[in-house]
Amino acid sequence: MSVLKPEINSQDHIQGDDSASITIVEFGDYQCPYCGDAYPIMKEIEETFGHQIRFVFRHFPLANAHEFAFPAAIAAEAAGLQNKFWEMHDALYENQYRLNAELFDELAETIGLDLEQFQKDSASEEIKTIIEDNFDSGMRSGVNGTPSFYVNGTKFDGGATDLYQILKESTE
Amino acid sequence: MLQKGDTAPDFELNATPDQKIKLKDFKGKNVILAFYPADWSPVCSDQMALYNEMLKYFNKYDAQIFGVSVDSVWCHLAFEENRKLHFPLLADFEPKGAVSKAYGVYDEEVGESKRALFVIDKEGKIAWSYLSPVAVNPGADGILDALEELNKK
Repeated sequence: MSVLKPEINSQDHIQGDDSASITIVEFGDYQCPYCGDAYPIMKEIEETFGHQIRFVFRHFPLANAHEFAFPAAIAAEAAGLQNKFWEMHDALYENQYRLNAELFDELAETIGLDLEQFQKDSASEEIKTIIEDNFDSGMRSGVNGTPSFYVNGTKFDGGATDLYQILKESTE
Repeated sequence: MLQKGDTAPDFELNATPDQKIKLKDFKGKNVILAFYPADWSPVCSDQMALYNEMLKYFNKYDAQIFGVSVDSVWCHLAFEENRKLHFPLLADFEPKGAVSKAYGVYDEEVGESKRALFVIDKEGKIAWSYLSPVAVNPGADGILDALEELNKK
């Protein structure tokens, strides 16, 4: 059984209560259509199970297959520096169908970022390193495609819909 | 299936119509062999596409990866081009599956290689091997653990 390495830490983007009994980690790629399909289901999971769920997203951009995956991850991290990681995360998936190089600045403005700072941060080495560290974490945790999910630190062999089903059964 | 400690059988397989890869030419380098059933599996989570994203990490461990299947060189070329793969796919094509058989990972019934991984050390000994269920992409964590282990020596 593959386990999450490293464990959840202060570098992570976390949604939900620290006291939640179930932590879900997704390794995702903003250009991957299967991750795009999983996005609304993850929202539904968060809404349905509320305080029971904590959600963490780590980047796993398949940069050779998806030319905008890495730049999109950069955009999310740069937004994170202005405390708007999740706003950018949502905007990227909601606009996945028109993902291109010009989209990032537009989304940055839409969610109310300081555009100049966003552009400066997007070019920084630190952000690149964060994404590479996320990717490294995915490789070591046995990510075998995107999206890959981990529930309480153990790899979940299924997609977002399967996850929803399992949660439903286990919380009933 | 060959196991840790076994000598990796040498082979000579075509990577392109006019380029042959000999395992013994890679003495002094770690080698990853990823046997897989067939080119063209239709998903993002394709195993070869995944390894394609990890080449620089394999490089860090002084390791060269090869994909091996019974598809022909022409099929491999088209697949590599389509998926923008930057590592060689070897054609275990004639005699069909001979290398897969030598490594003990040939499925006689379907006539394809099984989904199996080998990490071979710089002296040509198998350091780690793993057989995955055909439908399950095994990822790369096992490969990285094995390479890390070799690095410690």
